Amino acid sequence: MTDSIECMVEVACKKVGCDPTRLLDVLISIQSRSQCINNETIDLIAGHLKTPRVQIESVVSFYTFLSKEPKGKIAIYLSSDVIDMLKGAEEVAAAFTDELGIEFGQVTDDGNFSLDWTSCIGMSDQAPAALINGTVVTELNVEKSRQIIRELKIHMDPDSLVKEAGDGNNSNPLIHSMVRNNIHEKGPIIFGLLNRGDAIRKAVRMSPVEVIRALKASRLRGRGGAGFPCGMKWEYTRAAKADCKYIICNADEGEPGTFKDRVLLTELPDRIFAGMTIAAYAIGATEGILYLRAEYVYLLNFLEEILQRRRVDGLLGQNIANCEGFHFDIRIQLGAGAYICGEETALISSAEGKRGDPKNRPPFPAQSGYLGYPTSVNNCETLSCVTKILEEGSASFSMHGNRQSTGTKLISISGDCTHPGVYEVDFGISLRELLNLAGAQSPEAVQVGGPSGQLVGVDDFERKICFDDLPTGGSIMVFDASRDLLQIVRQFMDFFVEESCGYCTPCRVGNVILKNGMERIIKGNGEPQDLVQFKQTAEMMKSCSRCGLGQTSWKPVITSLNNFPSLYAEKIQIDPDGFQRSFDLKEAVRLSESITGRVSTHSHQK
Amino acid sequence: MPGKITLEIDGVQIEADQGQYLIDAADNAGVYIPRLCHKPGLEPYGSCRLCTVVVNGRHCSACTTPVANNMVVENATENLQDFRKMIVEMLFVEGNHFCMFCEKSGNCELQGIAYRLGITAPQFPYLWTKKEVDASHPDILIDHNRCILCARCVRTSKDLDGKHVFDFTERGDKKKISVNSSARLAGTDVDITDQALDSCPVGALLRKREGYQVPVGQRLYDLKPIGTNIESPSTDNDKK
Repeated sequence: MTDSIECMVEVACKKVGCDPTRLLDVLISIQSRSQCINNETIDLIAGHLKTPRVQIESVVSFYTFLSKEPKGKIAIYLSSDVIDMLKGAEEVAAAFTDELGIEFGQVTDDGNFSLDWTSCIGMSDQAPAALINGTVVTELNVEKSRQIIRELKIHMDPDSLVKEAGDGNNSNPLIHSMVRNNIHEKGPIIFGLLNRGDAIRKAVRMSPVEVIRALKASRLRGRGGAGFPCGMKWEYTRAAKADCKYIICNADEGEPGTFKDRVLLTELPDRIFAGMTIAAYAIGATEGILYLRAEYVYLLNFLEEILQRRRVDGLLGQNIANCEGFHFDIRIQLGAGAYICGEETALISSAEGKRGDPKNRPPFPAQSGYLGYPTSVNNCETLSCVTKILEEGSASFSMHGNRQSTGTKLISISGDCTHPGVYEVDFGISLRELLNLAGAQSPEAVQVGGPSGQLVGVDDFERKICFDDLPTGGSIMVFDASRDLLQIVRQFMDFFVEESCGYCTPCRVGNVILKNGMERIIKGNGEPQDLVQFKQTAEMMKSCSRCGLGQTSWKPVITSLNNFPSLYAEKIQIDPDGFQRSFDLKEAVRLSESITGRVSTHSHQK
Repeated sequence: MPGKITLEIDGVQIEADQGQYLIDAADNAGVYIPRLCHKPGLEPYGSCRLCTVVVNGRHCSACTTPVANNMVVENATENLQDFRKMIVEMLFVEGNHFCMFCEKSGNCELQGIAYRLGITAPQFPYLWTKKEVDASHPDILIDHNRCILCARCVRTSKDLDGKHVFDFTERGDKKKISVNSSARLAGTDVDITDQALDSCPVGALLRKREGYQVPVGQRLYDLKPIGTNIESPSTDNDKK
């Protein structure tokens, strides 16, 4: 056994040339083969990569899907997202627990199974869903979950759980997944017809500056959420002086309720890779990285195959599209489970084999990004738009949408609606129109833009989906009147507590304070002062946090407080006896009661 | 030779060197911007966020922001001081800081800043998180209860001592300092003379048996508020 661990570590390290910046690849490979990266393994890796062991431990402990403690040979991760929860994830969890005889966070005695929760896995349109050694199982219910465990106990092969593959490329043998695309609205840009390779051939007939000019004319803004003008980002990266530059595609779609990049990666990966190639031409990059979230590992072999075909067809590699001197290739970097890595500088840290900590800015990635080289990080959808813009011109793109938000937007809709799935719509569509498209019968509240967006009510349904009104990176979650919005807000705060990298004080502690406050209010122990403190805390987090996570994670609390004040008012009452309700006397004396073995007089009351 | 530039902090013009970080430029000009994770000689880190200022209308941390000509900076405004109080209070409730029993009391930068900002008790409820103590080393102690995750020991060990004794593990509210050995601090190559031991702003990393060599009441911030050495360096006798 020891021999084989040593051998495994050696092979994994040599495969990346013992390059410490490829540590993540080494760790992912070892985790999947030996179910853990324990102290002994860490020491071995440290030796091969000539890296201090604590630095490796630091990385291992950062990511959800890496662990020092052994996981099961079959590791089950059930998605804990709000949508999974309202579709019955807790019943599914109970079924798993019952069949396996273990709780979440535990491993069966024979080492065969482990159960864990994980943040949104990008399957909110077919929730509840889980990852089983990377295989996605969707639309779970109690019976299905029991059946899954019983089957696995027999064959121990998660892939065999896929009885019927999903539509489109989901049934490609390299994917072979039960995931369904659920594309309900195809627009002219993303889903418009395209001849493979044309956009690149057109781009290389232009000068790089002309390509950037075309993008600026299209007024394309980043689709990941922040909405930074793409042409400007490329211009800055192009202007930076360096021998080497990078284009990174952000396929770390982690915002709960978003799954549109999953569909792009499944059905239109050529468009993403073409966009990256055009970016490389424009900014002068010779290397590209697709950073793929760990949850989408089931797409990895398929995507590698697409890359290989592009190399064969002269769309990657040397002298691309017969353009003398244009050399560019793409590698796929797999993530290991961390929402924060969707933040572009955290993504860069992660791709460098480090913890997914965001970096200080300045310098911006355009000046100093991946390994210190100028880097442009763009979202999958943004790069897909680039391909269309180069193929058909800026004008045909910017005729869609409105002045500040040109083009179309891919929206992922989930929750209480009859057609959860992906919709390509013109920017500027009203929220109400979207809800109608998705068949939301009686929406009471909608979370627009994921947890870091806003929770809006009926009064806001006429507002427009665009950067200046209701912005979204793609997530729309619908809740009807039967849902407990305060619980949903609390779950969002749980998510941020779990996913904060912990680097800066406002985010690391602020989210915990907001979460605890929500719990107090839900229990009926809230006080008017709590609401004042929420607002002050949020203001500080927004102004002082180091990156976008902490700058926006207060939003579920504050937007629900602003848009649904009565929910809070009902829970917060002044104590008739003048007591401070937030002080839980029973809780306060519980420990001393257990130590002394006596019950205090207070506990007799009520 | 880098050129001189001028900028404005709270309405006062100061001179700075091109390429300097804002907090260092302010220090040189005698303007104190509160900080915990920043320490001259170490790479800027930007984790505590106490030095958050407003530069040309945008919030940013003074320790990671390079100066630029004609920058307009807000520092000691009521709003920013309120934010700083909240940050310090968050650090107090996140850890378990018992100043009255702490051998660092009086020399502690967290305590010093709390007093300077006028904090008497945190407004947030304590989190009472259970934290560990690593007393495995014969001469050195790590008390995670008092750690504020500023990374000063991490950076000092790496950049000044040429070792890598410390680093962070876990993430979010579970993030903590760990050491370069599976056998706790005693298993590392840490040495009693390491500069990392002097870098800790609080009582999380301590040399054993030295705590009370200077009596309480005669310590650094017992005598003058934290930041005084920056604001009036000429009267500073206590600067280390």
